Amino acid sequence: MQSLTNRSKVVSNKQMTLSEKLYIPAILAGLQVTIQHFFKKKVTINYPEETREHSKFFRGRHVLKRDDQGRENCTACGLCAVACPAEAITMVAEERKKGEEHLYREEKYAAEYDINMLRCIFCGLCEEACPKDAIYLTNRISLSNYDRNQFIYTKDMLLEGNEEDLRINIDNRRNGVREGAN
Amino acid sequence: MLKVTIDDISIEVPPGTTILQAARMIGQNVPPAMCYYSKLEGSGGKCRTCLVKVTKGSEKDPRPMPKLVASCRTGVMDGMEVRNETSPEVIDARKGVTEFLLINHPLDCPVCDQAGECKLQDLSYEHGLAKSRYEFKRREFEKRDIGDKIQLHMNRCILCYRCTQVADQLTPERVHGVLNRGEVSEISTYIEQAVDNDFSGNMIDVCPVGALTDKTFRFKSRVWFTKPMLAHRECTTCSGKVTLWFQGSEVLRVTTRKDKWNEAEAFICNDCRFEKKKTEDWTIDGPAHIDTHSVIAQNHLPFELPVVQKNLPDAL
Repeated sequence: MQSLTNRSKVVSNKQMTLSEKLYIPAILAGLQVTIQHFFKKKVTINYPEETREHSKFFRGRHVLKRDDQGRENCTACGLCAVACPAEAITMVAEERKKGEEHLYREEKYAAEYDINMLRCIFCGLCEEACPKDAIYLTNRISLSNYDRNQFIYTKDMLLEGNEEDLRINIDNRRNGVREGAN
Repeated sequence: MLKVTIDDISIEVPPGTTILQAARMIGQNVPPAMCYYSKLEGSGGKCRTCLVKVTKGSEKDPRPMPKLVASCRTGVMDGMEVRNETSPEVIDARKGVTEFLLINHPLDCPVCDQAGECKLQDLSYEHGLAKSRYEFKRREFEKRDIGDKIQLHMNRCILCYRCTQVADQLTPERVHGVLNRGEVSEISTYIEQAVDNDFSGNMIDVCPVGALTDKTFRFKSRVWFTKPMLAHRECTTCSGKVTLWFQGSEVLRVTTRKDKWNEAEAFICNDCRFEKKKTEDWTIDGPAHIDTHSVIAQNHLPFELPVVQKNLPDAL
């Protein structure tokens, strides 16, 4: 019957010639491709001794920022969690007590703040949703592990250090992303 | 019956109806209202967000009204023609009113428990400017407790007087009100007195902003992470018909049932609101209606999915 789409292919069952039956030319042709790759530039690198160069807008592990006085910016408003398409973020809020003003910037703070790195798709919507400048994606890589529980990053893993040298630099995200590709 | 036309839609209403009520009867192009509360006598006329333009006073006197009028306090006349959202003048005035309401309102929505169901948030989203032009210091008050269950953040108050009207009309004894005048006026109990009666918790529900909040819900969760369910129980003091706000299987908050104008269907007593926070205390009637545009609708279905096979083990 006449084919309607002409997409089907007619299969032939023709006999192989002698040179084809020997397989040696075909093997040599295959080896040629393999040997060519010996002389090509390697695509792999010796991670972690070497690291690959990232794009300026690379989105890696999150950081919870502190302000210039070392207080936590996060106020547990939940906007990152509601913006998160993968539902990776959970948090528990608590009220700041008297005498804790040097620890937390707002009267409410996140007592617990977890990001499930197995769920996270590194889209950066949490960073965009944050009204308090608290969460940023950095160029750090989220590390691999053998244990699934270790992928749930708790607040102490996400929060940057208080000292000057422990702060995580996010200037490229603050400036670069908003000013567009430059 | 009086015939009134709002934004080219006509309706016949009984005498004594206000323009806002007539617009609500029509059901579309309803002016927003921050202070008017149909269940409270004498409410309205304070926030000015419901301003409308009357282009024809009545059949007998067809002259337009000289200024924009507050629709919640202006009665309908026969043959009246009103422009609400179709008038650029009204939209512009509402923008100005919103800016005035936000002058002293702090930008603490990320902290505020009302965020997500706040009417001022909705209003400024629709009519507000992206930035405040106000450069002076906002008025600041210490937050204070009214009784052990209610917290007052005077910073956030827009002085709509709804809560004092609840106190006046719902409870036998009025113990709080608005003190001082003008820019320094504030809601207060005057001498650190607790508002202590069975229905005082309703002032949390009538508050259009986060000035009065439930201390038992304080910072527990965000409104959009909780799921509202209608429920009822046998209560001797009130109707017992409430909305439960669940997070998982835990009841975080009990409020009145809200109708589509964000008004309480029936006021509930403090016992139901603050004490009965177990699922066993209640008979669940079903999920509460959530507006699709509301942030509360995030991650929730506004309806329950039909169950395909209810008694699967029996069928097998």
